[in-house]
Amino acid sequence: MSKVIEQDHHEHHDHHHPSGGIKRWLYTTNHKDIGTLYLWFAFIMFLIGGCMALVIRAELFQPGLQIVDPDFFNQMTTVHGLIMVFGAVMPAFTGLANWMVPMMIGAPDMALPRMNNWSFWILPFAFFILLMSLFMEGGGPNFGWTFYAPLSTTYSNDSTALFVFSVHIMGMSSIMGAINVIVTIFNLRAPGMTLMKMPLFVWTWLITAFLLIAVMPVLAGAVTMVLTDKYFGTSFFNAAGGGDPVMFQHIFWFFGHPEVYIMILPAFGIVSTIVPTFSRKRLFGYSSMVYATASIALLSFVVWAHHMFTTGMPLFGELFFMYCTMLISVPTGVKVFNWVATMWRGAMTFEIPMMFSIAFIILFTIGGFSGLMLAITPADFQYHDTYFVVAHFHYVLVTGAIFSIIAAVYYWLPKWTGNMYDEGLAKLHFWCSLISVNVLFFPMHFVGLAGMPRRIPDYAIQFADFNALISVGAFAFGFSQLIFLYLLIKCIRENHQVPAKVWEGADGLEWEVPSPAPYHTFEKPPLIR
Amino acid sequence: MTQEYQKYYVPEQSPWPIVGAVGMFLIAFGAGSFVKELSSGGGYGGYLLLAGMSVIIFMLVGWFNNVINESMSGLYSPQMDRSFRQGMSWFIFSEVMFFGAFFGALFYARMFSVPWLGGADNNVMTNAVLWPDFQAIWPLVKTPGGGETTAMGWQGLPLYNTLILLTSSVTIHFAHTGLEQNKRKQLIGFLGVTILLGCIFLFLQAEEYIHAYTEMDLRLDSGIYGNTFFLLTGFHGLHVTLGTLILFIVFLRVLKGHFQPDNHFAFQAASWYWHFVDVVWLCLFVFVYIF
Ligand code: HEM
Ligand SMILES: [Cu+2]
Repeated sequence: MSKVIEQDHHEHHDHHHPSGGIKRWLYTTNHKDIGTLYLWFAFIMFLIGGCMALVIRAELFQPGLQIVDPDFFNQMTTVHGLIMVFGAVMPAFTGLANWMVPMMIGAPDMALPRMNNWSFWILPFAFFILLMSLFMEGGGPNFGWTFYAPLSTTYSNDSTALFVFSVHIMGMSSIMGAINVIVTIFNLRAPGMTLMKMPLFVWTWLITAFLLIAVMPVLAGAVTMVLTDKYFGTSFFNAAGGGDPVMFQHIFWFFGHPEVYIMILPAFGIVSTIVPTFSRKRLFGYSSMVYATASIALLSFVVWAHHMFTTGMPLFGELFFMYCTMLISVPTGVKVFNWVATMWRGAMTFEIPMMFSIAFIILFTIGGFSGLMLAITPADFQYHDTYFVVAHFHYVLVTGAIFSIIAAVYYWLPKWTGNMYDEGLAKLHFWCSLISVNVLFFPMHFVGLAGMPRRIPDYAIQFADFNALISVGAFAFGFSQLIFLYLLIKCIRENHQVPAKVWEGADGLEWEVPSPAPYHTFEKPPLIR
Repeated sequence: MTQEYQKYYVPEQSPWPIVGAVGMFLIAFGAGSFVKELSSGGGYGGYLLLAGMSVIIFMLVGWFNNVINESMSGLYSPQMDRSFRQGMSWFIFSEVMFFGAFFGALFYARMFSVPWLGGADNNVMTNAVLWPDFQAIWPLVKTPGGGETTAMGWQGLPLYNTLILLTSSVTIHFAHTGLEQNKRKQLIGFLGVTILLGCIFLFLQAEEYIHAYTEMDLRLDSGIYGNTFFLLTGFHGLHVTLGTLILFIVFLRVLKGHFQPDNHFAFQAASWYWHFVDVVWLCLFVFVYIF
């Protein structure tokens, strides 16, 4: 089979090669180029958003106000959240999808290559607008990444309009990206690649893309109503006109909860790819994984109000959303079980991607358990809007989503660059990250349970020790990521040739093309056994 | 594999996406600044917005020109055609969800927020403390804050508009069968009628808005009734405008003889879009006007 590919590659040798310079990146229609752009963009945003987190943690190192004024503190929490969600995690997953989905299903490229480039290039502009608003008179958005009304309407500053339109265009970018992924998967699979033969990363992305197309437009609706409420005198979120501020929360979380699954389903796909490779076993329960993913996605549409238990919903609502939320942990549990069962009696080795995946499984599960605690309505009355919630979502997002992205980068980096990364540095990166991330987020559970509210630049002195510790963890985690940056650059520059099949236990079409993967792969569809 | 395989066309580099991204940037930044400056005054936001729209139009012309040329020179396989179709269907699905958000707001207001403000369920005290005189009725012609307005009936213009759009959905269907059976006259005639109906719809809609503003005191800021009324019909109107423009471009391409009975994705997409706009109107007519 690989012979076919080489012939094919030879035929097309002298045309269709990337033209050099900046034009290559501006005009490209190549899924690998666009994937690279997405990944670098996400990494840069990760570092920028990370700096904002460090501003937050520097302020919270001690009780009292020291470094920034409260309004700027609020802008930092807001923009940190927006950047990490829309600028780091989502583009990173889209970048991975761009690189890997066509290669995994034996497609020549993404289905709509030009639109692919368009969806990428909108993003830097969207974030430019968002970041620029920080430097404008009156400051940037300061109402939290969830932009609850009336904070974002009656009480927000003048740059809200820029926030609204920047969210609009990043939403368009995500929708176009998702359409591309879905169409590629449905229409460009090589003959023989039936749906139930697809690698799980492809499956999870298919379902993620569906979620994206379903809920990003709802986000667009929400920001539009904020815009008209603030600037054009409507009263969607104003009781004096017959509306309701709580209505905002319903619309937002109808988007927001599926959004958190948008940020974790591809992670499930990544871990389901890596764990079998280094356990040298097939994935345990492939089809149950597929069905679990699909049911998580469907359930995610009917749990949104677990973010709103304290708004005074009718009792029926409280109960309905509590039980549905708890139901989600069943398919999530199925996944964790399957990963563990895959490792069970496997011939395991612990390369860096595997280390990050195992860390993912353990730490994400902690986040899932704290989620379950939050899902209990009466308990949430106590936990809501405390640092416990912050601990919960950082366990699922940082040690969940981000760790899986890092694992994926280590796993496929040799395929992308043709070089092996520096194992020593990677180990250093792993251990520094693993330890510091727990120093950073674990104590948040305790201060949260003790009642420390989130999104406040000052706190009562009984929380001082834990907060100092948290801030130390934060800076350590932040600086650990510079090791990663250095490692990436080193890996791209240096020459440690790897074979086509980088990991001996790996399975999948991407390992049958040479490393680094040629500019065009599978221009003729491969044969699937 | 003995099956014949036609290569999937992957275009070489294209400048249009980045042009489009710059256009989107100008639109977003321009619109944001423009709205900001509505209150503070001055500024250049409006010009940026216009510039952005021109860039996007320039991009669309260039991009579609490329696509049409590629399609006409036979570069596209049936598989490519499927990509386009699926892409368009998902795009329409995303539009459905966008309208869903506004319908959701409408239903929430009607089923929860307005009755609650009037004291329904366990909200007796809300009503008693905040606005004891407030009566929960729909259409909400008197807001809790005291703003008054009148409700738009469904007879007259809205009813005509419903009939017009329904008819246009039928005419575009006949245009399509004309195209499939290679009956050019039928195609051109019915497509022309569809575009005309679209224009009449928009004209009547504008009349209705003028009537609402000048005689009925029904404005965008007239409480939740006016809000949902204008945002729903307004976004729908924008979609009709876009749909009419697309149909017009398709019409020009029909005159040029671009479509074959078995290969006419652009026509198909335009007609899907038109049907979608029609269905949205039906929901509007039922939930905004009648009930
Ligand atoms: C077992 C599964 C999960 C359950 C039962 C669960 C439950 C909850 C609940 C009840 C809340 C609201 C807490 C409050 O505000 O009082 C919450 C918040 C949150 N969850 Fe989860 N969750 C789960 C998994 C996830 C996953 C996988 C992610 C993302 C990858 C996630 C991200 C978030 C975020 C970002 C918030 C906070 C949003 C905010 O207020 O800013 N959760 N979760
Ligand atoms: Cu949630």
